[in-house]
This record gives sequence, structure tokens and C-alpha cells, in this order.
Amino acid sequence: MANINDYKNIPADKFRFTNNRSSSDEKFKTKQLGFLGDAWIRFRKNKSSIVAACIIAILVVYAIVGPILGSTNYTKNLKDTTYLTYTKLLPKSKLFSWLGWDGCSKSQIAEANYVYYNAITQETGYDVIKKVYSTETTSDGKNLYNVSIDSYISNGFLYMTLTQEQYEDIQAWQDETGLQIIYPAITTKNVKDANIWYEADAKGVAKLKNGQLVDVYKTSGNDGDYHSLRIAGDPGLEDATAAKRYRYATITGDSSSISYKCRVFKYTYFQYRYGYEPSFLFGTNSLGQDIFTRLAAGARFSFIFAICISAVNLFIGAIIGAIEGYYGGLIDLILERVMDILNGVPFIVVATLFQLHLAKKVGPVWSLLFAFVVTGWIGMASSVRMQFYRFKGREYVLAARTLGARDRRLMFKHIFPNSLGTLITGCVMVIPGVIFSESSLTYLGIINLESSTMTSVGTMLANGKDYLASYPHIIFFPAMFIALLEVSFNLFGNGLRDAFNPALRGADE
Amino acid sequence: MVRYVIKRVLLMLLTFFIIISACFLLIRLLPNVPAQQFGKDMSLVLQRRVRQGLVDSAGNPIPLMSQYWHFISRTLIGGDWGVSESLYIGQDCMQIFVSKLPSTILLNLYSMIFAVPLGLALGIYAALKKNKWQDHVISTGVMIFVSVPSYVYAFLVQYLLCFKFKLFPLVMNSGTKYFTWSMFHSMLPAVLSLSFGSIAGFARYTRAELTEVLTSEYLLLARTKGLTKAQTTSRHALRNAMVVIFPMIIGEFIGIIGGSLIIENIFVVPGVGPLYINSITALDYNFFMLLSAFYTIIGLASGILIDLSYGFIDPRIRIGSKANGKY
Repeated sequence: MANINDYKNIPADKFRFTNNRSSSDEKFKTKQLGFLGDAWIRFRKNKSSIVAACIIAILVVYAIVGPILGSTNYTKNLKDTTYLTYTKLLPKSKLFSWLGWDGCSKSQIAEANYVYYNAITQETGYDVIKKVYSTETTSDGKNLYNVSIDSYISNGFLYMTLTQEQYEDIQAWQDETGLQIIYPAITTKNVKDANIWYEADAKGVAKLKNGQLVDVYKTSGNDGDYHSLRIAGDPGLEDATAAKRYRYATITGDSSSISYKCRVFKYTYFQYRYGYEPSFLFGTNSLGQDIFTRLAAGARFSFIFAICISAVNLFIGAIIGAIEGYYGGLIDLILERVMDILNGVPFIVVATLFQLHLAKKVGPVWSLLFAFVVTGWIGMASSVRMQFYRFKGREYVLAARTLGARDRRLMFKHIFPNSLGTLITGCVMVIPGVIFSESSLTYLGIINLESSTMTSVGTMLANGKDYLASYPHIIFFPAMFIALLEVSFNLFGNGLRDAFNPALRGADE
Repeated sequence: MVRYVIKRVLLMLLTFFIIISACFLLIRLLPNVPAQQFGKDMSLVLQRRVRQGLVDSAGNPIPLMSQYWHFISRTLIGGDWGVSESLYIGQDCMQIFVSKLPSTILLNLYSMIFAVPLGLALGIYAALKKNKWQDHVISTGVMIFVSVPSYVYAFLVQYLLCFKFKLFPLVMNSGTKYFTWSMFHSMLPAVLSLSFGSIAGFARYTRAELTEVLTSEYLLLARTKGLTKAQTTSRHALRNAMVVIFPMIIGEFIGIIGGSLIIENIFVVPGVGPLYINSITALDYNFFMLLSAFYTIIGLASGILIDLSYGFIDPRIRIGSKANGKY
């Protein structure tokens, strides 16, 4: 027999259950429900929040895949837009053209403009004016036309200087497809507009002869033996060597670096250059950039930026709030004063100071991020602090401390999870707040995030405001995006708050 | 109470002092724009810099800490904020600022005059019709107008009312004839854009508070005593709901002086907002300091006023005592 006092090593078989009862607790009849699962059940009941969450999901998906989906040769060649200047095109969608989403705009134009647009149609065969609704005659005898204008065609021509290779290549493409890009060169000196191929005064108003436009095509000089499509009425159509044939280019430079200055029709040139017919879902902006991809890129930037700030704020705020709330006393007092002071600075002042000091060193994005972080953690910290004050005196914390838990464990394992609900809601609500502030600041021009590869929604708003009256679509889509985002985040945040607020538990609305 | 107010005001001044000091030092750490750069009227700018104690009589910057001392004594206490150095060269900052103030205040005052009664009325109506279609319509509208940034509907207002239907001029009139019809007319789009958000905010708070009060037992008692619904609502419910709403109105009233940077910018209001933005883009540091101080003090003061107004309107809330939810 072993030592009876050796109670540390009592053999297991000496033990038995008193009344054949199993030692484990009774099994749960229902499934276990965690913190998040519980919140999810409550969240699901809130229909508007679900809808809002779906809209947010769509916007996020748009931000992620938009730049990929919308990526074409045109959007990839960022520098092209500057010389092609295919600007301010209206939104056009083949699918929804019957809804008026066809790149056309209704407007009232004067006689001179009517002639101007018709001249483009006469030369190219593409209809600028899709429809004439009505004509009016003003009291002083001038005609006004209510028409629908196709912005893709009315953009018309531009002068382009081509190299020998490009010149030949375009001609080959013309022969292949039967679409004309290069139109005859013109001789007028007094108008710079490439669209005016007819006699006109200095203002560009056509001088009619028997109600007809009089062309001013160049009929002399060298055009490098243009051998492709010719427009109707060209004597060169029958005889390519006719002396009076239209010339399609003006040659500059010497024979070693010869260049051809041509009148290029943007609509067909676009097809030649990028391989598809121009059609922009959201139109193009004042620089000719595609708004669909640009907005998606801006949204992507805004989302990533906001999420980063939210994460950093959460991290800093949680730690500082926990320390403040747990230890209290002097630390709390000092940190409270610091927070008061930081809270008192208007955000615009912070952003400006950071911009002035840091933007040149680390770039505008980083300086803006710092500005958001410097003041952003305060909200998180105070909500964490509040929860700590509420829970640090509870019995379970005392019990844990009695069992020997250290401060760090008490803080982050036992007390901190209580503030998770408010923190999650807070974190989510930081995102629309940051996007709103960022868009305001960029709109006001304090921060400039614009570059050929980067943009933000606020920048797009700022760029569009000059064209609000004439081309509202440039500002419409970014504004809609922001509006949709803010509304759905607000609804979503409300839903989250209700779901995580245990006070509502069991209470049906 | 008085002790509490004094304590709060002193604390506010301390906070303000620290913020503005930090601002000053950060601005002075930036490369100083040499006065010669601007061309005309430079003697004036230079003289003023000397008077402010930022440079010595030869025009060279003096050590930062002496500048700071001069800033405290001559600018913060003496009230000399210097002259504009790039926007309105040589003109006194304070004077220009004061000349810009009326249009900002007026604009926001008008928007308050619109917003408070309308917001309260909508909120009360929604609360009385709780869970009926009227309430749902108002609540949805409130939700939208509270969340959508004010500049978005500023664009809408500008495009639809000013451009499409040509009801108003596109931008606000300049000049100082503030109380003429044409000035008021030109202000209206900005006033509208400013007030949408406030209306929605007031309506939301009023509805929330009022619905809570309307379900309380003393209202039931009041009804059983024989008061009509209108009487209970106006005499009992609304008064108690005001405990929360009134401080909000007070806060907005202080806020009106600060105005809305972005709305003022959109409608080209000749007010403080655009001045501030211009001072930042033109690096006119004197203006920047003055206006930063202005916005800071407005923010701080409105915080205090809101806190104090709780105590004024509801004697049950005893300010300054430990029980007042201040941890």
C-alpha cells in the first residue's frame, strides 16, 4: 500500500462517480450563438440596412472591378487624351439608348451653329443633328432650332501631325475598313477650327452662296501622294492625278523628318487608334478621360484610403482608450486634455498645416492620411474609454484579477470585447466620414490628389464644377456616387448600431 | 453654476491658446515668404511685419521664440493680425475679415430662419403620425437629406433652379447692399442648400425626442385629466422634447458665424469661407492665422454653449456636479 498521505499521486481507479452521473454539463438543446451571430440575427431584421449593405457591396465591387472592366486601349493610353481632346462626350450606352442614354443632348441652337453642325454631317456622312424637334423664329427674324445633337460626332475634327509611317498606316486602315479618317486639307487662314471646311468669316460663320457652302479645300501642293478614300466631289475620285484634286495633307519638315498635317475626324480616328467604336457609359470629362473608369479608380482610392484610416484609428484609439479607461487618474486627465485640444482644432486647419509641412516631403496622400489619423483616433478612444469605465468595476473583472490575471489580459481579454459593438459601428462610420472630408478638401482645392493615374471622387467633383451648366454629366456621376455612398452607409451604420446594441436585445421593433 | 461657467471658459481659453500657439509655430517654421517677392506696397507689408515683431528693422527674421513672444503680446493681446501679404497686399487683415463677415452671417441667419421652424414642424408632424405613411415619407426624406453631402444638393440647386429654370442668378451678388431684394434673391440658392441639411437634422431630432416623450406616462395622465391632444403635445411633450432640441439650435446659431466653406465656395459668396480657402492657396499666412483662430474659437465656444444651455433649459440637469454623466 502506498503512502496514504501522498495525495498528489492518488491512482485514478480509486475515483468513481457518486451516483453514476456523467460529469459534464447538460448539452445545449439549441445551437450556440456567438456575439457576431447574435448581431447578425438582429441585423437581418432591418430591411433597409440589408438594402444599404447590398448597395455598398455593389459600390465596392464597382470600385474593384470598374478599372478592370472599363480598361480599354483608350483608358490605358493616358497621355493620348491630351492630344485627341475627345472631351465632354455625353454618356452613351448601346443597351439603354432608348432611355435617352445615347450620347445626345437636346439644345436650342442658332442658325450659325445649325449650319456648322450640318457642315460636319455634309462632309462626313455622320449625323450630328439626330433630330430637329421644332424651329422658332425670334422677333428679330433669326431662326432658332430645337435639336438633338450627338456629342460624339459634333466633336468633329482636329489637326494632327502625322509621321510618314502613321500617314501610310491610316491610309491602309481606311482602304481596309472603308471608314474615312483623313479629310481634305483646307486653305483658310482666318479660322483655326478644323471643322470649318467652307468659306467663313473670322467668327466662323459660314458665307453661303446660293444657299450652299463653298468649300475651301486645298487643291495645290504636295500631299505625299495620298492614295486612299476621297470624299464626294473630289476631282481626284475619277483621276487620281488630276491637277485640281483635293490635297489631304500639308507637308512640313524636310525629307529626312517629313510630317503630314492632316484634318482628322475624331470619331473614326478613335476606331482606328483604339479598335472600337467610341461609346462611354458615363461620358468623358473635360480632359477626355473616361468617367466610368476614372470614377471607379477614384472610388477605389477613396475606399482604400478610408479603410486604412479606419484601421489605424481603431488601433491607436483602442490602445489609448484602454489605457485611459483602465488606469484612470492622472494619465486619464492628461490624455483627456490632449484630446480636448486636438478636438478643438478645426479639421481644415489640421489638413492645411499637414499639407504645408509634409506634402512636399511625403506626398499629398500621406500628409492627408496623417491629418486624418492625428484627429481621428479621438472618437474611438473615447468610446473605448467609456466602456472601460463601465466594466472595469464589474465582479467578473475582480474575479479574473483574483485569479491572477495581469493588467494586459484584463484589459484586452476581459474588458475590451465589451466595446467591440460600438467600435465596429464606429469603424464602419469612419469610412463615409473620411470620404466626405476628403472630397470636401479636394473640392475646395486645399489638397490636390489629381494625377494621370490617380484621382479621387472629390477631385472629380472639383473638375466638373466648371461645366455644371453646360455638361452636368461630368459632375453628376461622382456626385451620385457620393450621395449613394453616404446614404447607404448611414442606413447600414444604423442597422449595425441597432444590431450591436444589447439594449435592443429581444425587443422587437 | 457661475464657478462652472468660469472654469469652462478659462479651460476654453487655455485650449485656444495652445492650439493657436501650435498653429503659429508651425506656420513660422515654414520658409518665410520674403516680402520683396510681391512687388507693390511692399514697404507697408514690411513695416507691419516689423510692428508685429516678426522681423527686425532690416527685414530679417528674428529667432522663433522671440517671434512667438511678440505674437502673444502684440497679436493675441494687442489684436494686431498684420496685413495681407498676397491676397489684398498691404490691407489690414482684420478689416477685410470684418468686411467679409456680414454676408456669411446673413446667409447663415437666413438659412436658420428657414430651417428651425420647418425642421421642428416636420419633426412634430412625423412624431404625431408615427408609423403612418406621412411619417415614413418624412423619415425617408430626412434620412436622405441628412446623409447626402450638402454640396451635392448645392449642385442640384444650382443646376436646376439657377441654370435650367433660371429662377436665381448663378452666384451671389457682390457688394455691400445686404438688405435689398436682389441681394436676398441672389442669396436664396445658397440659403436653400444650407438649410436642407439643417431642416433634416432638426426634423430627425424632434421626431426622435417627441416620440419618446409621447409614450411616457405623464402624458397619459395629462390626457386622462381631460387635456386635448394638442394641449398635451404643445404644453407637455414639446417642452420636454426641447431639452434636447434647444441646445442643438443654440449650437447651430453659433455655427452660423462659421458658415459653410463649401457652400460659400460653390455660390461664390463674398464671405469668410472663400477668403479662408484663398488665403490657403495664396499662402497668405496672416489671413490663415486670423481665420484659423476664428474657426477654432467658434468651435470651442459652441461646445461650451451647448453644454451650458442644457442646464439653462432644464433645471434637473445640474451642470458641474459629478452626477452629470461626466466620467
